[in-house]
Amino acid sequence: MTATPLIAVTNLRKSFGTNEVLKGVNFSVNEGENLVILGRSGSGKSVTIKCLVGLIPTDEGEMKVFGTDVAQLSYQELNEIRLRIGFLFQGGALYDSMSVRDNLSFTLKHHSPKLSNEEVQTRILEVLENVGLAESIDKMPSELSGGMVKRTAVARTLIIKPEIILYDEPTAGLDTITSREISDLILAVQKKYKTTSIIITHDMACAKSTGNRIMILKDGVINAAGTYDELEKSSDEWVRSFFI
Amino acid sequence: MLDKIKNSFDDAGKLSLFTARFFKEVFKWPFQLNEFLRQCYVIGYKSLPLVTITGFIMGLVLTIQSRPTMSKFGAESWLPSMVSLSLIREIAPVITALICAGKIASGIGAELGSMKVTSQIDAMEVSAINPYKYLVVTRVLATTIMVPILVFYADFIGILGGYIGYNVHGNASMYSYFTNVIEHLEFLDILPATIKTFFFGFFIGLIGCYKGFNASGGTASVGHAANSAVVTASLSIFIIDMLAVQITDLFFS
Repeated sequence: MTATPLIAVTNLRKSFGTNEVLKGVNFSVNEGENLVILGRSGSGKSVTIKCLVGLIPTDEGEMKVFGTDVAQLSYQELNEIRLRIGFLFQGGALYDSMSVRDNLSFTLKHHSPKLSNEEVQTRILEVLENVGLAESIDKMPSELSGGMVKRTAVARTLIIKPEIILYDEPTAGLDTITSREISDLILAVQKKYKTTSIIITHDMACAKSTGNRIMILKDGVINAAGTYDELEKSSDEWVRSFFI
Repeated sequence: MLDKIKNSFDDAGKLSLFTARFFKEVFKWPFQLNEFLRQCYVIGYKSLPLVTITGFIMGLVLTIQSRPTMSKFGAESWLPSMVSLSLIREIAPVITALICAGKIASGIGAELGSMKVTSQIDAMEVSAINPYKYLVVTRVLATTIMVPILVFYADFIGILGGYIGYNVHGNASMYSYFTNVIEHLEFLDILPATIKTFFFGFFIGLIGCYKGFNASGGTASVGHAANSAVVTASLSIFIIDMLAVQITDLFFS
């Protein structure tokens, strides 16, 4: 693992009306690293990663992704950065009017219009095989289980070969076994595609298995950071309460 | 009360920005031709049965209802031209646009609202696909083009309904009926009515998209977006119609 920070966030602040959600968040993620962000509901975890891809405009602070401050980019420039980032939404956010195949081909064809139909289908099959969903290629999102929706969403992010993947609660709403499968998938994806990831989760098993480093958000700032083992033995009772 | 007024102004401002963005995006390359054609099919072709039924009933009922009054004045022979003029200048454009507001604006509002609350629009955005261009521009252009075509079609079906209504108590051949209709029609009867239908179509699409794009919260907001799209689009049709009649009266009378 090299020590090049792919993501560097400095003094990130964000308010919604009078509610100051982020009060100066600082962190960095190195290339090839999996950073897990923990925190109570409403602590600003999802807001942080949505700011990183420009879905939510920031109030203040610098967010360098691939060395470029995303808050200062034009829409066109931001889209060029977005093509190098995958984002897994909490509910999967699959296009519900399209089949699994079309969910994947939609993004691919949009960005690579010169690819032949055969090449598109090969890429789709390859990615679906990697997430274990090749047999569900023609199913509609409404026919998929919760775990399959997450797998399809992972496949959809992988189709554009991102260098960074942001996971927003990848195991939310799933049973223990399926959650473990998704955690294993995150690790497999990182190994195969050499991605760097930020994983927002409440699932401690997922945090333990996927995270190289864990960061805990409290009251709009980073309250604690370290490895799973370090934080589990923290002197701060509030930090330890996550690991019980 | 003050909050409601403030919200109305806020909404008007947001709708203006939304409209401005439409004109900014519509001229940007690439154009989403496949999605545009798909929307034309959904908006135009799939509305045909509804427009056929309502158009036919409009012509039929208008003829049957007008006949007794026209007979009193001995102007029964004017019935075909009176019905066709009423249909072409006012009734068919407004009724068809209102039907489209109910069917299309609500459909767009619900579809985009659902996409918004389930993060599908955000998913498109983070995939570097401009959702405004893909979802809004295609739908607004499709409604702007398809509503006038549907109105033309409703005009024709309405006149056909008028012919059948005329023959309930009369005996006119189709040739003589249509000759009577065409003889009394002028270019200026058709032009202003056609121009306003483009505006009807534009606002039906725009308001449907705006309401859907701004849905927030849970699934309840999807229903609210659909409902609000119908109400606002219907209201805008009446306002545009009023303005169109005033302008026509000013320049063409």
